[in-house]
Amino acid sequence: MKTRIIVFPGSNCDHDALHAIKNVMHNPDTEFVWHKEESIGKNVDLVILPGGFSYGDYLRTGAIARFSAVMKDVIRFANDGGTVIGICNGFQVLCESGLLPGVLIRNEALKFRCKWVHLRTENTDTRFTNSLLPGETIKVPIAHGEGLYMADQQVIEELEANNQIVFRYATESGDVTADANPNGSIKNIAGIINKEGNVMGMMPHPERACEAILGSGDGRKIFSSLARHFEFVREAAAAR
Amino acid sequence: MHYHVYIATERKEAILDPQGKATHHALDSLGMSQVSDVRIGKFIRLAVDADSQDKAKAIAEESSRKLLSNPIMETFRIVEIKEASAKGASH
Repeated sequence: MKTRIIVFPGSNCDHDALHAIKNVMHNPDTEFVWHKEESIGKNVDLVILPGGFSYGDYLRTGAIARFSAVMKDVIRFANDGGTVIGICNGFQVLCESGLLPGVLIRNEALKFRCKWVHLRTENTDTRFTNSLLPGETIKVPIAHGEGLYMADQQVIEELEANNQIVFRYATESGDVTADANPNGSIKNIAGIINKEGNVMGMMPHPERACEAILGSGDGRKIFSSLARHFEFVREAAAAR
Repeated sequence: MHYHVYIATERKEAILDPQGKATHHALDSLGMSQVSDVRIGKFIRLAVDADSQDKAKAIAEESSRKLLSNPIMETFRIVEIKEASAKGASH
């Protein structure tokens, strides 16, 4: 799984992502790409937009990062069907880029939320979640001040109709309740995918939950889903 | 010509504005009970070089559409355009 992690000024989860993908998931070809680069390189499998505070969250979260040099190539890559995951600030960048619908605004309680949450898996028919079971809950941390996902009614209806809501905040036993919603997101939305299924954004941090010693290894299931997907793609190509 | 264009961005009515809500509560506790709502937006000044005021306005509008506001949640208004004395001057 050739993985490139985009580094913006202010990114601070880039090293966590590198550690998870390279060391924990054993993908040696994992490297950073600085935001001033004009290309992510050739034959990339996965692009990660990591968490952090790109450009100090100036103007709006993700708004300036969206216009950095490297994003042109990331948008081209995504539009060509390339696999992109945006985590936390990366999700905000994807929304600002128009690669995902909606927007992330300040948490309803106005507090920065840094805690463990449970997510219920709503769609396992994606390259990001094929190793999870329908309704399976995973334990991952959140750490954000602006994670309230919202979009207009019509967009929410479309997301639901197309099964684009991948994760919702839930209780440990998988109940989607108001109490389990840490930021006021509409419909407890924690992660969504684009219609084509190649771009996912999520506020929680799977890359920080890949080792039991850190409190949870559940985040690995997302990255092992991706590894499985790319292995399948390669086998299918070889059989042709 | 050099112009200063002042732009205000506001959240759409349907969009939650927790900052505005918290500020409203604070005003309420100050006794300003006549204030029935608070919405918080942004105020932006662009220094623009353009042949005319209309062109300066058009540039500001394009900037607002492309970057300064997010049409999903915000609207923008050009509030004022003033001729500025010198290029790049900050006042």
